Amino acid sequence: MTEERNPAAIRAEAIESLLIEKGLMTAADVDDVVERYNERIGPLNGARVVARAWRDPAFKQALLDDGTAAIAPYEFEGGQTEKLVVVENTPRVHNVVVCTLCSCYPWAMLGLPPRWYKDPAYRSRIVREPRRVLAEFGVQLEPDVEVRVWDSSAEVRYLVLPQAPDDVAVLPEDELIARVTRDAMIGVERFV
Amino acid sequence: MDGIHDLGGKQGFGAVAREANEPVFHARWEGRVFGMNLVGAGGAARNVDHFRHAVERTDPVAYLTHGYYGRWLGGLETIMVDAGVLDTASITRRAIELGAHPDDRIASRPASPPDRLDPPADYGDDPPVDRGNQRPVPAAARFRIGDRVRTLGHGVSGHTRLPAYARDRRGSIVSTHAGWVYPDSNAHGRGEQPQHLYTVAFDGAELWGVEAEAGVVVHLDLFEPYLERSDD
Repeated sequence: MTEERNPAAIRAEAIESLLIEKGLMTAADVDDVVERYNERIGPLNGARVVARAWRDPAFKQALLDDGTAAIAPYEFEGGQTEKLVVVENTPRVHNVVVCTLCSCYPWAMLGLPPRWYKDPAYRSRIVREPRRVLAEFGVQLEPDVEVRVWDSSAEVRYLVLPQAPDDVAVLPEDELIARVTRDAMIGVERFV
Repeated sequence: MDGIHDLGGKQGFGAVAREANEPVFHARWEGRVFGMNLVGAGGAARNVDHFRHAVERTDPVAYLTHGYYGRWLGGLETIMVDAGVLDTASITRRAIELGAHPDDRIASRPASPPDRLDPPADYGDDPPVDRGNQRPVPAAARFRIGDRVRTLGHGVSGHTRLPAYARDRRGSIVSTHAGWVYPDSNAHGRGEQPQHLYTVAFDGAELWGVEAEAGVVVHLDLFEPYLERSDD
């Protein structure tokens, strides 16, 4: 279906044109939001924080103790981090994040969520059969690894701190940051 | 409400469909819907709970078939029509001028669902100011870390953040988060009525019985009115 024939696209255009005619907003107001989330808010923010936590034990502890306070100096835009809780993967614990009721997500750390995070399949299944879903994502967990699912049902937002790669001490910082994927910070990827 | 949005544990949706190099918005209209909501929905926006409840009242067929921004479009239109900013007929008239069919499915469901009557809402006359959602609660917290609790056994017709899959289930308090705006009240214009918030851990077997995968713990952030003490 082309965008022109998509009923949702047409209805959105109808609403926008009426709001503009009534003087209740301008197209530029909406442009600003779209540009901000397209260009300045994304998973690179979370990756910078994770990479630093991997190399700086004091920062890592601060991040685990109070995520919101630890990231405050970064002044990330995007919101949804009024209470950020960072949960740490270990050899015996794997964490994974969902919002079964809507699609809550730490926007300022990860940008807007991918489509699969908002779709019914992930939201319905990850709380009920997380090992099976994680296996489909390529994460094979041994039976003795505990799976902790975090269903974001209030305003607390969760970020997974993945395990550091073995070569964490020798990698240049930009390469380390590039290792930290969005999916690893949601908890559907594990590279150690 | 026992709506289509409450998806945890539902079966039949199949594999999770992923996409490589996904754009932030897949079509221009998705960004326009997102932006119109973030700039205040023409003055109709009140608070996040009010908007979430409008999204969960979206036509259930549209909820599943129009995608995330289709649901946001439904929520946007609903709060604007409820607030009197725009009316459904004017939007439909304009949409038809722009090429819509008169029988296109509309995601928005203004006002109460037909099986429910809301009491009058009072959001006040002042434009919303984002003060965050943490608030002091005068009463002491009823529960401490380590306490065993049981969740309410029944749903409610209005907005709530206790998913159906975690009703009448026993869990343990693992974190306390002090006071927060209570969505069940705030969504309906009945004030913030802040409540203590807790993270509660549920064993997989408590939620899913004999079908549960081994070694799974599901955590939910639950407000104090959803919980009672459990003696087990």
